[in-house]
Amino acid sequence: MDDTLIGRGLRRTSLPRFLLWLVPWAALLALGLYAVYLCFAIGLNQTNMDNRFAFGLWIYLDLTVIALGAGAFFTGFLLYILKKKELKAVINSAVVIGFICYSGAVGILMVDVGQPLRAWFTFWHPNVHSMLAEVTFCLTLYLSVLAIEYAPLVLKNRRLKEVPGLLVLEHQLHKVMVVFAGIGTLLSFFHQGSLGGLYGVLRGNPFAFREHIGIWPTTFFLFILSAAAVGPSFILLTTWLVGKVSRKRLVSPEVFQTLAKISGWLLLVYVVLKGIDSLVWINSTSPKTGVQVSSFYAHPPFGTWVLFAEVVLLGLVPAALLLSRRVRARTGLLVLAAAMACAGIVLNRYVMTIQTLALPSLPFDSFLSYSPSWQETAAFLAVLGYGVLLYSISFRWLNLFPEERELATKG
Amino acid sequence: MHTQKHTTSLPAHRYTLVVDLDRCTGCGACGTACAVENNIPPAADKATERTGTVWMRVQEAAAGDGPATFVPIPCQQCDHPPCVDVCPQRAIEYDPRTGIVAQIPVRCLGCRYCMVACPYHTRSFNWWTPEWPEGMKSTLNPDVSIRTRGVVEKCNFCVQRLQAARAKASAAGQAEIDPADYVPACVEACPSRALSFGDAADENGEVARLAKDPESFRLLAGLGTGPKVLYRSSDPAVRERLSRTGVTRG
Repeated sequence: MDDTLIGRGLRRTSLPRFLLWLVPWAALLALGLYAVYLCFAIGLNQTNMDNRFAFGLWIYLDLTVIALGAGAFFTGFLLYILKKKELKAVINSAVVIGFICYSGAVGILMVDVGQPLRAWFTFWHPNVHSMLAEVTFCLTLYLSVLAIEYAPLVLKNRRLKEVPGLLVLEHQLHKVMVVFAGIGTLLSFFHQGSLGGLYGVLRGNPFAFREHIGIWPTTFFLFILSAAAVGPSFILLTTWLVGKVSRKRLVSPEVFQTLAKISGWLLLVYVVLKGIDSLVWINSTSPKTGVQVSSFYAHPPFGTWVLFAEVVLLGLVPAALLLSRRVRARTGLLVLAAAMACAGIVLNRYVMTIQTLALPSLPFDSFLSYSPSWQETAAFLAVLGYGVLLYSISFRWLNLFPEERELATKG
Repeated sequence: MHTQKHTTSLPAHRYTLVVDLDRCTGCGACGTACAVENNIPPAADKATERTGTVWMRVQEAAAGDGPATFVPIPCQQCDHPPCVDVCPQRAIEYDPRTGIVAQIPVRCLGCRYCMVACPYHTRSFNWWTPEWPEGMKSTLNPDVSIRTRGVVEKCNFCVQRLQAARAKASAAGQAEIDPADYVPACVEACPSRALSFGDAADENGEVARLAKDPESFRLLAGLGTGPKVLYRSSDPAVRERLSRTGVTRG
């Protein structure tokens, strides 16, 4: 049965070995689901969040995985809209990663809110001024788009293709995929931006608040750009990792180089704009409220090194590496550069979510600390477990890398 | 995204609370009266200072070796509230007639974005299911609905008392309420008369006079939120220390 599900010409490990690989990830998912059950049954008192640290690990996770999952929309945009044909080699994997990231984020968000059964209120009587309403709309719609993009991958499975109706459906879906790529791009631009806007609009928080361009704060645009920049790097990183774990050549080196080049250029533009934005914030936006930016960095461990690490060490340096032809020629260095780029965005989302809340606002307040409870950590890790499970299953039974068969034949 | 229309003009009535810091002893009677009036349940066994439900907290502002100042901090009832625009499902409303910012718990998703947006940290999330000991339920205020677990709540200047005052005025055929009929529970309970309340739009009123007094100031005035809770002190050092925007100590 298992053999007939695996694509023709693809070699996969034995079923028992595959099931053994799934066990730890399934255990992680099970533990996380138990933590989620506790949060639903007993309440969010199971977390270490409080009235002052009202957002915690989960919101950080949401912002991070959505940025990393941006490879799905951006690769789709490059392939279907800008016709970068070489990215066909990774688009399927990008869609699966995107689906995992977004469904994981939406799932954890449902645990994070106190009244998840009221989530529909946002659609029924939304506050059109709220960035969170915009995020909710775009995130939900884009997850639906990702599910539609995922469907043809599943329908292309060897056994499912034997059903004529499903084969026709797959063919029809493939024909309209360019439309969904366009819709997905539009929706992604908005929700990536709105996630940045969540913090940029906080008028009461000079650390997070930024100048506005039109109705949007600059963080709106920086989040779009940073997600687009890091998405291809994350695709590169995961493709390399899957290749290592499965001991297979999945894509040709040219694909890695294309992804690196796109990521490098976008990261460079992002770093330049982030630098300008930081200068405006330091010299104008924050002082206008009576707060000198230096006071934000007077609370260890959040010194100015954080800003330096974000912009230079994990921004400018990986951008330069990704743009260097010599680095691109060496897979090890290329992967390191991609990992650094991803780490830069992970740090940026950490600063936005955690440092924003840790800093005191009232003159007689003190610096706040927060460490997640085991329930929060377990739910966080469950998303990882779920992701590895879904990806592993997809890798085994669906054709995630169209070049794999050809590369295997070449030896 | 951007401020709503209602924040561009000031309301006809501007209900305002003035806190005299020189008089406040930090006894906490205001918070207790608030809890009784607004059906705030007793703290859960495992609740901490940061996870309990408190609409009026009294925070100690230390001053090195000098005497500490006690600062009662309810919702600041901002004229340009940073919380209203962020709520995804309109669970926070700014009343354009009174300037009161009300939280509507039955609409609340419990996302806590408003708590993140508020620089005064005056909101509480119900981390636990509200429970009252046997017999205590009969003391609940019938004019205030109790809230469920998983929603955000905060001070609304005892708006139910304003509604009662309006009903009384209406029954008497009067267009406006008698100011004596609308006094929040905290103001009523303060033993040292540190709290004054009234309509700042009434130019001849005491609160309007206090609002203009040079000894009065607002918390985080630099942020432009326009709080309708004012603080006053005769000590310039206290005024300087508390009116600052931005934190200097670690």
